[in-house]
Amino acid sequence: MKIHEFQAKELFRRYSLPVPGGGMAITVEEALAIADEISAYPLVVKAQIHAGGRGKGGGVKLAANRDELQNYAGEILGMTLVTPQTGPEGRLVQGVLVEQAADIVQELYLSLLPDRATATIVIMASSAGGMDIEETATTMPDKIIKVSVNPLQGLQPHHVRQVLFGLGIAPDMMKQWSALLAALYRLFVENDCSLVEINPLAITGSGSLLAVDAKIELDDNALFRHADLQNYRDSNEEDPLEAKARQYNLNYIRLSGNVGNMVNGAGLAMATMDIIKKAGADPANFLDVGGGATAEMVEKGFEIILSDPNVKGIFINIFGGILRCDVLATGIVEAVRKCNVTVPLVIRMEGTNVEQGRKILADSGLQLITAVDMADAAAKVAEMVA
Amino acid sequence: MSIFVDGSTRLVVQGITGREGQFHALQCLNYGTQIVAGVTPGKGGAEVGTIPVFNTVQAAVDKTGANASMIFVPPAFAADAICEAADAGVELIICITEGIPVLDMLKVKHYLTLTQTRLIGPNCPGIISPGLCKAGIMPGAIHRPGGPIGVVSRSGTLTYEVVHQLTCQGIGQTTCIGIGGDPVIGTSFIDCLAAFEQDAATKGVVMVGEIGGSAEEDAALYVQQNMSKPVVGFIAGLTAPPGRRMGHAGAIVSGGRGTARGKIAAMKACGIHVCEDLGRLGEFCKEIFSHA
Repeated sequence: MKIHEFQAKELFRRYSLPVPGGGMAITVEEALAIADEISAYPLVVKAQIHAGGRGKGGGVKLAANRDELQNYAGEILGMTLVTPQTGPEGRLVQGVLVEQAADIVQELYLSLLPDRATATIVIMASSAGGMDIEETATTMPDKIIKVSVNPLQGLQPHHVRQVLFGLGIAPDMMKQWSALLAALYRLFVENDCSLVEINPLAITGSGSLLAVDAKIELDDNALFRHADLQNYRDSNEEDPLEAKARQYNLNYIRLSGNVGNMVNGAGLAMATMDIIKKAGADPANFLDVGGGATAEMVEKGFEIILSDPNVKGIFINIFGGILRCDVLATGIVEAVRKCNVTVPLVIRMEGTNVEQGRKILADSGLQLITAVDMADAAAKVAEMVA
Repeated sequence: MSIFVDGSTRLVVQGITGREGQFHALQCLNYGTQIVAGVTPGKGGAEVGTIPVFNTVQAAVDKTGANASMIFVPPAFAADAICEAADAGVELIICITEGIPVLDMLKVKHYLTLTQTRLIGPNCPGIISPGLCKAGIMPGAIHRPGGPIGVVSRSGTLTYEVVHQLTCQGIGQTTCIGIGGDPVIGTSFIDCLAAFEQDAATKGVVMVGEIGGSAEEDAALYVQQNMSKPVVGFIAGLTAPPGRRMGHAGAIVSGGRGTARGKIAAMKACGIHVCEDLGRLGEFCKEIFSHA
């Protein structure tokens, strides 16, 4: 789960990590109130959306005085911000972070993330701050320092030394850096983060460290043990259909094509999307109703798929293992009647009791296109959208 | 012949009194697997069908000689359950549970390096050596005993699809393993490929991957350098949008890495026979393996 910058900075403060003074505002009046409290210009106004590259789209502005601040807050609040990460449709800005501008002498990059191959927590640091780390990795790979921390032992002094000597940090800053890394590591593990990134991490004119930006992603699988962090979810940042599907415990991702599809199991669902593409059409979604899909899940799946106006046809691909095909077919027939499905429907099912299942579909009197295998299904999907 | 599980596997089921645990324990038992014990803390002394239930894995191992465990406990308790089984000296753990926090698995992975235990999963359908032992939630009937092909996959139902197509072509399987869809898993593609290479009955391997991470690329290099047997590959997720988790926690293209295109290219470059049409995978395998 992604969270906003202001939420990440709230967590940073809890761990005594240095962040600029400021606050979050959803109206121009609130923005002015925060500014008046700080009353030391220049101040920065930053759009709060779950996407990077906000500055490039005009979502980050430096205000030299109260009038400018009022103008910028008014401009950014309510704007549809388009950044390299939002896609062309952009994202509606519903909040701004107003904070003190930093007196930056040097910009660095620092992040923590789990590494799947080595099963460690990796600290990534670079003296090329402010730049996208993937860009740094391509253009200046030798500028990136990577230190792996064994999660059973946790952060040790030698890890800190590796980072600091790697960055060429002045010895008089060592103590500050050790405290920062220790706090950041604690924040990472205590909140089950899947990413903590500070970019840029500034060294200020007074020689202090300051997290000018803060990005945190949380492990969805661990949210059950962090009731406080669940409140950080912002459904405005989610596609409404995806939010609804999540409430139904369905794994749904909306895409831009017109062939809706419903599959049991994530791997088969991805392969089914690929088959739709191969057949000359585009998938409207990814939808995994689970390895042990029930008739109820199928019904909810229809509801979600049919809410997408782009959908011109639906492909159901179920490999019935433990779930028997006859039970599934009954569920599909009921759901089609109940949800008033009017678009063409290709159904391919395989597995236990498949013959009985096909008979139930055939006898239903519904206009269902049944396919015998994946190859046949692909051909029929192509016909459907032709 | 087979890898990791066979007729000598004596399975204990952790979480046997839960809905899923009970159902699948009995399914495995019906298939012919030796399910010798179940474990649910606080329910020791009970029975599920004819299977005795114990309070701890250690007690189950002591009383029944269990040498493998299949885990169905909820995600919040699964990491502890894995470590409990490892501490009890179980040689093989199959963790079916989906949704274990990544930080828990990072620790488990390092903990297991101190033991002799092999972990399969988590977030996997399990493992089956057709006709000998089913330790998982896959439908047994789609498999064909006797080999000669091994199957290894990150997925569940996609593996069933592949196995079903093999069986329809008259191609049997030695062992089929779902290694799991999580970012941090116990047994890797390479572990399975190495075991299949060593297994005399296995004449070829089908490897089913998906987007995310670099396990397929690593495995491809391994195949090129170490395998004499033909390997057929399939990768799901060509149409997956970047930055989104496609159902499996580990199935995500991030920063342009872990794409299906990249994996297919790496596998082809290393001599793996990549099939790009799932509808024809069975026929494709028949063609490739007829030369094996």
